[in-house]
Amino acid sequence: MTTTAPAPVLEAISIGKSYGHNTVLEDVSLEVYPGEVVCIIGPSGAGKSTFLRTLNRLEVPDTGEVWVGGEPMGFELRSGRLHELSERRLSAQRAKTGMVFQHFNLFPHLTVLGNVMEGPVQVQRRRSREVREEAVAILERVGLGDKLTHYPGQLSGGQRQRVAIARAVAMKPLFLLFDEPTSALDPELVGEVLAVMAGLAKDGMTMLVVTHEMAFARQVADRVVFMADGGIIEQGPVAQVLEQPREPRTRQFLQRVLE
Amino acid sequence: MSTTRTDGVRPEGRTLLPQVRLKHTGRWISAAVIVVLLVLLVIGASQGDIDYAAIPAYVVSPVILEGLVNTIVLAIVAQVSAIVIGVAIALMRISKNPVAVAFASGYTWLFRGLPVLLQILLWYNLALIFPNLQLGIPFTDIVFVSLNTNDVMTTFVAAFLGLALNESAYMAEIVRAGLKSVDRGQIEAAQSIGETPAQRMSRIVLPQAMRVIIPPTGNDFINMLKGTAMASVIGYMELIKAANNISSFNLQVMETLIAAAIWYMVIVSIASIGQYYLERAFDRQDRRPGGRGKAPTLRRRVAADLGRAPLIRSTQ
Ligand SMILES: Nc1ncnc2c1ncn2[C@@H]1O[C@H](COP(=O)(O)OP(=O)(O)OP(=O)(O)O)[C@@H](O)[C@H]1O
Ligand SMILES: [Mg+2]
Repeated sequence: MTTTAPAPVLEAISIGKSYGHNTVLEDVSLEVYPGEVVCIIGPSGAGKSTFLRTLNRLEVPDTGEVWVGGEPMGFELRSGRLHELSERRLSAQRAKTGMVFQHFNLFPHLTVLGNVMEGPVQVQRRRSREVREEAVAILERVGLGDKLTHYPGQLSGGQRQRVAIARAVAMKPLFLLFDEPTSALDPELVGEVLAVMAGLAKDGMTMLVVTHEMAFARQVADRVVFMADGGIIEQGPVAQVLEQPREPRTRQFLQRVLE
Repeated sequence: MSTTRTDGVRPEGRTLLPQVRLKHTGRWISAAVIVVLLVLLVIGASQGDIDYAAIPAYVVSPVILEGLVNTIVLAIVAQVSAIVIGVAIALMRISKNPVAVAFASGYTWLFRGLPVLLQILLWYNLALIFPNLQLGIPFTDIVFVSLNTNDVMTTFVAAFLGLALNESAYMAEIVRAGLKSVDRGQIEAAQSIGETPAQRMSRIVLPQAMRVIIPPTGNDFINMLKGTAMASVIGYMELIKAANNISSFNLQVMETLIAAAIWYMVIVSIASIGQYYLERAFDRQDRRPGGRGKAPTLRRRVAADLGRAPLIRSTQ
């Protein structure tokens, strides 16, 4: 073997988290490589959201490390020790990651264009004229080129979630985290959001997606991770995990969802 | 024999019957009673021992106008300071620092708990217990500034401190309620695009909190305009003290007080109109699905409240 494996763009090592006596995550490790699409599936309460939120440190894990683009999330490596960063510097690290929420969380007081331009202009301090052009292009790609001056309150759920995706993409993040991006949507609006996500995947965006949409996982994902009871039970290529799961827990879960 | 019609068209040959509307007799009677009472009131007032003709001159007299300016200055300076202090106390109150939280709670408890008049009197008489105010390093002889308390604690400063500190406690609660009204997901979304705590506050949270903060702040400012009247007790030359100064010479107590009352009505009305436009500016389109137009102007809204078209036609 002469080729060296590419470095993971995202690496979670032994993440642990509890709320009081309730252990939500225990020794969870995961690597995501550039261009990969990884879907996380699992029953309610498995800790999927909590795990995803530790990756951009919206949730501070009790134990373990998260490495983003070769940097320890929330820390600075100095002489072999991890020194915790100030909230300000942590924010700069977060700017390299993107997240799409179940309930969109668009800024209601900003227009569609304002939502998408907020990060590049305020956080990356880029000139608003060039950002505007990019933002318009991204919004056109998600099919919202005609809604630039609308406010989130004037959009449908599917349109809102597409704006939220555009907002995250505009930051040119190393990867995107999705937490059940379609589960707050009316069934007829799910398709338009999944289509946008499939398009991103095709363009090589690295994505980690918590989802209950098995069809999406089957068509778009490179790898599927099954989580239950605060841990990863099984992971592997889509075909293997979804068609021939090794673990009985995975089989049980899949039977219940696919019925 | 009749067939059920499903096309929504009135059946042929069927005419509509005449309708007799309800007569609101009760409404007419109560309206008449109110008008009669008002007329009696005006007749009674006109027969009082009062020199109405003297009032207009008092309204524009230099003494009353000086009092008017002092009232407005005191109210604005006290309200603006209260907003600044209130925001600081509110941020301490929601911070993760237990000492800051305790301080903020104690501050609110103290300054909200005491009557404003009492606070003004306490500040005004501070010299009785602290004849000198010094800035220096405790337990050493180093003193940077030393001032006579009576020189510092003018009637304006005492009234300002009493009004501003009391109001700041209320503002802290108003701001806190405003900040709490913003969905937690908003902060997370701002975090997710890498905004710093200061950016999150100024760009995302405060603009959304404003719509909750502005209406009660406007009410408080109107109360503040009237609350400055308490400064007359320690001799600050606001509207009431000005009215009293005139009447102490010529005994036209009611005439001068009515002149002051007219000015209070004027400035309170102006403040109410200002509040309406401020609220409208912050009431963005986001909560109004579909409509991208602005809220109606005040004139149109008042006209709508009165149930008729605007008196003056707009020229658009
Ligand atoms: N802030 C919190 N405080 C206390 N407990 C929490 C908190 N957040 C999550 N939990 C608990 O952690 C566990 C895992 O929650 P999490 O939201 O990560 O699950 P999930 O896999 O995303 O489930 P779902 O499919 O319902 O979204 C749950 O038992 C939940 O009650
Ligand atoms: Mg979840």
